[in-house]
Amino acid sequence: MKFDDYIYDLSSPGRTGVDLPEPDVPPTPIPEEFLREDLPLPELSLPQVTRHYLRLSQKNYAVDKGFYPLGSCTMKYNPKVNEWAVRLPGFANIHPLQHPHTVQGAMGLMYELQEMIGEIAGFDAVSLQPAAGAHGELTGVLIMRAAQLARGETQRHKVLVPDSAHGTNPASTSMAGFTAVEIPSDKDGNVHIEALKAALDDEVIGIMITNPNTLGLFESNIVEVCELVHEAGGLVYGDGANLNAIVGIVRPGDLGIDVMHFNLHKTFSTPHGGGGPGSGPVGVTAELAPFLPGPIVALNEAEDAYIWHYPEKSIGRIKSFYGNFGVMVRAYAYIKMHGAEGLRRVSETAVLNANYLQARLLQMGDYPVPYGHRFCKHETVAQGKIAGAEDVRTLDIAKRLIDYDFHPPTIYFPLIVHEALMIEPTETEDKETIDAFLDALDKIADEARENPDLLHEAPHHAPVRRLDEVRAARHPILIRLPSAKAASER
Amino acid sequence: MTLKYDPNVKYAKTDEWARVEGDLVVVGISDYAQDQLSDIVYVELPEVGAQVSAGDVVGTVESVKAAADLMTPVSGEIVEVNEALDDSPELLNEDPYGAWIFKVKPSDLAELDDLMTAAEYEAYNATREH
Repeated sequence: MKFDDYIYDLSSPGRTGVDLPEPDVPPTPIPEEFLREDLPLPELSLPQVTRHYLRLSQKNYAVDKGFYPLGSCTMKYNPKVNEWAVRLPGFANIHPLQHPHTVQGAMGLMYELQEMIGEIAGFDAVSLQPAAGAHGELTGVLIMRAAQLARGETQRHKVLVPDSAHGTNPASTSMAGFTAVEIPSDKDGNVHIEALKAALDDEVIGIMITNPNTLGLFESNIVEVCELVHEAGGLVYGDGANLNAIVGIVRPGDLGIDVMHFNLHKTFSTPHGGGGPGSGPVGVTAELAPFLPGPIVALNEAEDAYIWHYPEKSIGRIKSFYGNFGVMVRAYAYIKMHGAEGLRRVSETAVLNANYLQARLLQMGDYPVPYGHRFCKHETVAQGKIAGAEDVRTLDIAKRLIDYDFHPPTIYFPLIVHEALMIEPTETEDKETIDAFLDALDKIADEARENPDLLHEAPHHAPVRRLDEVRAARHPILIRLPSAKAASER
Repeated sequence: MTLKYDPNVKYAKTDEWARVEGDLVVVGISDYAQDQLSDIVYVELPEVGAQVSAGDVVGTVESVKAAADLMTPVSGEIVEVNEALDDSPELLNEDPYGAWIFKVKPSDLAELDDLMTAAEYEAYNATREH
């Protein structure tokens, strides 16, 4: 499969795909100064356009086409019934400015979703506003700060972030105007307790912690971490990125976490391969509930009606209207479809799949697993350091996996593991698929030793060959203008 | 591929090197750092005239893999930055000990004693290999 022409290159002067009707209102001339000589739009027939975009879509890789073990992204299969639900006219055809009396069903869904995810993670109140995970982080940090300011603690400005954290944690801290302080991990991949103690003082807003962490490991010190931070007057932010490993098994709120975001698009199966839209609701303890961004949905029991509610000390709006509603409907459908028992089985199977994958990697021995002495949770982190193939790097292995028709894992993250290959199979994959992926990794290790250039030049069978990422970063071309050929024919 | 260690510079734990030239301290990043980062695509240079303390983040080195903070190993005033890196960040990959990033007029040369020698830094890196 080759890369096709750009749609501009297929253009033919005068060709058209639609017949516009005669205007049924009196024409008004466009003022002279707004007229232009040339409008470089492609001119094509309807079948040409259909084929062009269908062919492009077929070159895409998607979880509906194959295994997508992109670590930290929870690329599980997205049930199609979610899509049916979100297209119901009562959800699809409403407007955010409609009177609440006319959208009680949609508001009821939001209310129940607030309640359900609050129960799942052990929080007293939830706001569905944030648009995605990092947006939830920013919201959470602002809530923590607002609560401390309300106590008169104006000196706090530091947020502690473990060195295994997602880069969004320090980024959210900076964006909120605070200082990120890095905390190292210990040899088992947990937060280093002594380093944490040394960093805690009355200038600390709190800690941002991901559990399971990005090494795919459960933070076994989590309760102690929460206690230490609380003793110092700080608050604990839970990054819910890896919630898929623990649903129905442990509740972050019960562990001592004060505020956490959910990634509805990951844990609760809404499509996000193309970058979204996501949804990053934030759950908080009762103490922090007054600071949540509004509006949230409340139940007016006297009138038996759902109403928009602005928490009394709210940090304010952080998104237009009510958040990404379509994602909420899909997540609601997914939660209802599974029920409490089903959700627990989701997490158990996700963890089982990842541990099977890790155990076979350890058995193969070609790819070191630096924390392989522990059971992992929903994902495992290996290294693209194949003995006997020292000039092959993780990037080459990832590109070669494309030739075997697999989406590569996340690479070079977490930063504390050299040449990282971060693999998250999710619960929706069967054993045969995981075995096929591991067999490909096994073959690639042999290839790396026998014919390293096969890997250096990979992929060989993809629509495009190895992309020059360095040149793209140094000299980006962000707009593709019509080619000279197409322009000269116009 | 063997990494190079320059015996004429001192190293920080955060992978910057510092070399005394006249009354200035010249700072760059180590061969280990550029190798870990891989192809460097952008360098955010410090501000000339800024007063800095050892350990302050003064810039960023960005590669196709990651963005890393650039810290100053010594306190003082930033007096010069290597503007050639604006157009050719790859110089840091090609010649890590030749391609300096910034120069500091140090306020306390004794801070250099806190840094590692080439041998100490090499031993330190060996402990970081997971």
